[in-house]
Amino acid sequence: MLGRDTILSSLDSFRFPEVVQEHSRFRNPIAKYRLNRNNNCIACGKCVEICPYGVHIMRRGQVFVENHYLCVGNDCTEPCVEACPEHALSMLKNPDFDSIGDLRWTPDLLASTWYMAEFAVSPPAGLEYKRGASGGGFDKLRLVFKSPKTIQKELQDKEVDVSVVLNRRNDNAHRVRIQVPFYGGGMSYGSVSITTMLSRIKAAAALGTFCCTGEGGYPDELKPYDDHVITQVATGLFGVREETIQRVKIVEFKYAQGAKPGLGGHLLGDKVTPGVARMREAVVGYPLFSPFPFHSVYSVEDHKKHVDWIKAINPKALVAVKVSTPTDVDMVAVGSYYAGAHIIHLDGSYGGTGAAPDIAKKNIAMPIEYAVPKVHRFLKEEGVRGRITVIASGGIRTPHDVAKVIALGADAVCTGTADLVALECIRCHNCESGRGCARGIATTDAELMDLIDLEWGAQRIVNMFLAWRRELIQILKKLGMKSLPELVGRTDCLVHLDHMKESV
Amino acid sequence: MPSRYTIHTKLALHRFEPITKSGIIAWEEGCLKCAICVKKRCVYNVYEKRGLDPRQMIDATDNQCMNCFRCIQGCPKELIHKSINPEYKAIGDSHWTPEIITSLWYQAETGKIPVSGAGYPGPFSGNGFDSMWTDMSEIVRPTRDGIHGREYISTAIDLGGTQGYLTFNKKADLMVNPPSLVEIPLPVILKVPTLGAIGKETLKGWAMATRRLGTLLALPQEMIEPPLWDFAECLIPLITVRGDREDGIPKEIRITEIPWAVEWQAMVRELKTSHPSLLISIRIPAAEGVEDKALSLVEGGASIIHLETLPNGRFFDNDGMTTKDGIRSVHLKLVDANLRDGVTLLASGGIAMAEHVAKSLICGADAVIADLPILIALECRICRRCDKGIPCPVEIGGASCTWVAARVVNLMGAWHNQILEVMGAMGIRDVRRLRGEVGRAMFFEDLERSTFGSMEDVGEGYDLE
Repeated sequence: MLGRDTILSSLDSFRFPEVVQEHSRFRNPIAKYRLNRNNNCIACGKCVEICPYGVHIMRRGQVFVENHYLCVGNDCTEPCVEACPEHALSMLKNPDFDSIGDLRWTPDLLASTWYMAEFAVSPPAGLEYKRGASGGGFDKLRLVFKSPKTIQKELQDKEVDVSVVLNRRNDNAHRVRIQVPFYGGGMSYGSVSITTMLSRIKAAAALGTFCCTGEGGYPDELKPYDDHVITQVATGLFGVREETIQRVKIVEFKYAQGAKPGLGGHLLGDKVTPGVARMREAVVGYPLFSPFPFHSVYSVEDHKKHVDWIKAINPKALVAVKVSTPTDVDMVAVGSYYAGAHIIHLDGSYGGTGAAPDIAKKNIAMPIEYAVPKVHRFLKEEGVRGRITVIASGGIRTPHDVAKVIALGADAVCTGTADLVALECIRCHNCESGRGCARGIATTDAELMDLIDLEWGAQRIVNMFLAWRRELIQILKKLGMKSLPELVGRTDCLVHLDHMKESV
Repeated sequence: MPSRYTIHTKLALHRFEPITKSGIIAWEEGCLKCAICVKKRCVYNVYEKRGLDPRQMIDATDNQCMNCFRCIQGCPKELIHKSINPEYKAIGDSHWTPEIITSLWYQAETGKIPVSGAGYPGPFSGNGFDSMWTDMSEIVRPTRDGIHGREYISTAIDLGGTQGYLTFNKKADLMVNPPSLVEIPLPVILKVPTLGAIGKETLKGWAMATRRLGTLLALPQEMIEPPLWDFAECLIPLITVRGDREDGIPKEIRITEIPWAVEWQAMVRELKTSHPSLLISIRIPAAEGVEDKALSLVEGGASIIHLETLPNGRFFDNDGMTTKDGIRSVHLKLVDANLRDGVTLLASGGIAMAEHVAKSLICGADAVIADLPILIALECRICRRCDKGIPCPVEIGGASCTWVAARVVNLMGAWHNQILEVMGAMGIRDVRRLRGEVGRAMFFEDLERSTFGSMEDVGEGYDLE
């Protein structure tokens, strides 16, 4: 764990955690390809010898396909199927693979995130790890890298800095710098298990960044990580106490959530276990509603009163304001700035949730790709862009999404679903039903929670983000940039495939 | 304060096993017969509930599996797999997608709003209504909490033409006949679809549902046979032939509909002779120049216009134009001519989800007409076998009227709650105010142009990633 001074100090003294490979919790990782070996195999070991990915292994004189999931399929330069002298191998697409994921989180994106969580690098081939298949927004945007000739000098990895300053008001609040351009979005105690919560927060601490508690209180287990916790004040005020607000460096007001903008939260009765009920000061087994909106806020002036209240309780705290993305999101952002917020956090409509009406997820408010440039432009015109940090969330799945949204005008991002995918979330969309997540991530069921080991969980998330960081450094290098602030709002580094003019 | 409108829903179970997206394939060969088999550890006890439905040859495992993949990932011999069900992909068509149809089944069964975990899984945008988003209020405008019942959100609308002003004589007597209006508590009118192996029970069930919901059911006049006459006040007979009823339209009927024809004014006069308060909707097909046709109708005194697109929500003469475009152009034409408030605009064709209701209204309709959803509520799979005279795989005609009514009431109950959700988020308490309120919507074309329109140049010698 890092001390209070470490995160405030410069980049040089910060040490990123070591990579420790963490294999899937499940016996059979879901593979894109399947290799079949027939009886013609003479166990010559040719496949074991040539496969660069460790798919085949030799054990007691016999050859087995041990790691289907590492096979890169048709991208392979040394296909074992062709090299096999006995034609004993055949390769086909695994039907399981098409049954997982969706257009935003394609099977490829899920599998590549699992790969990053295991090995801390992007997959070498075989998987599209840069974008999804939603047919718009990030999935239609491309980063434009000019030819290497135009970049004067190639940078070294260590010359590239991906840290981000969160306090730009230069007031009395903490001078917080995060070492990576992302922090963990709010997931409440109750919507996810304590192990999931701790895994995310431990990973955030190791990476020199933060993770938000969500609206469900601040469990005591989190205390060792106070310096990396953002505590949330949301409309239900569940678990909000002066003592918890005084304990942290960042306090987040949640006005709305991208997946259900304009609607309240709802924790099903089944998830209100004795622990959850105690934390939220509620009754076991009864559903809990977070209303919408804050019934004490109907104007920007009311909002300022809120911000002042936090600053009175904890004068050193940074105040983050999480809003969703209506048409007038730019007005909301500038209003937040004048109310005294340090961070404006925009949560786009395609963001994650533990449970939301399908009609809200799809139809209310705008995707983050539209909201960020709108807010960036408006804050710039107002002359205050340099004094507030813009955080984007709601559909950030890959390091390429991070780079794209920063080029659109954000300073950094918030992640949520990606963290859970690192813990082997499969996007079955059943977080809310029955005993909760069958894979032990979004559940308070004692038996299911036990499916995750804290050390494993934290390391998987660390690994994934180390892979993201590595990828972001490569992107900046290809853009000829040494730090992220150079990329903010640089829409000239982006092209949208539907609007692109072929150059002559 | 009018009494609150509530739709009482009640579980109405499916009669046939629903078709699921993917199925489990479990190979028995090579099974180690583990003492603690992954099948025994299923979180949802799916394998314990396993059984074969002989009517459809479906294994119960398939429709109860929640896709957690734990058995697939846990089996030591990798003998369990999942695969997309080809039958699922084959349901419906490009507009009536498997996702929409299965969601309508769920709503008709439970009466509940579809709720799920994790973020939106679908495409970024799409055609028609999928190319717009509704807005929400935040900090600077109040929202309305309708769904939990703390504030009443009205979804009632009026059908019929209104006058811009009233005239009085010197004795303050009203000098004009107040227009006849019909109020319905939900901006959705039901219509018997042209598809479907329906029977007398089906029609009666739809009529029962219509009465319970307080809305109206449109159907061809010739379908109205004795048992349905009891429901006359909630029926809209669709009249196709001039003067085929010598006794005129019965007094209980409040609204009727005729297709557009050159002599439409004569038809309206004829119908009104025997039934002066009758409201007459005039149906116009969405096609090139439909807004001019609509304008001429209003100028000629029409009080209700029904804009109709194909069942897939497209124009009759242009596949690139959708219900959304039709409503917008007619609405704006009438607004420009200062005639919009004098007429009710109904829209039909491709209305498949609750969001289409809200979006149609935002685009400028007063209400929508839903046809296929009331058939899909009865487990229809849009297989169109009935068109070819092949027996219906879900035997719709054999369903009892009480079950039919319960399913349709459930579906509309779920739609009503979803309309309340989006209206609450928009901060609108009366659905009449939603009409034409494009300030509460965002359109794909506008957002794309203003956001990405300038991201077009890549220069020379570049790599895209």
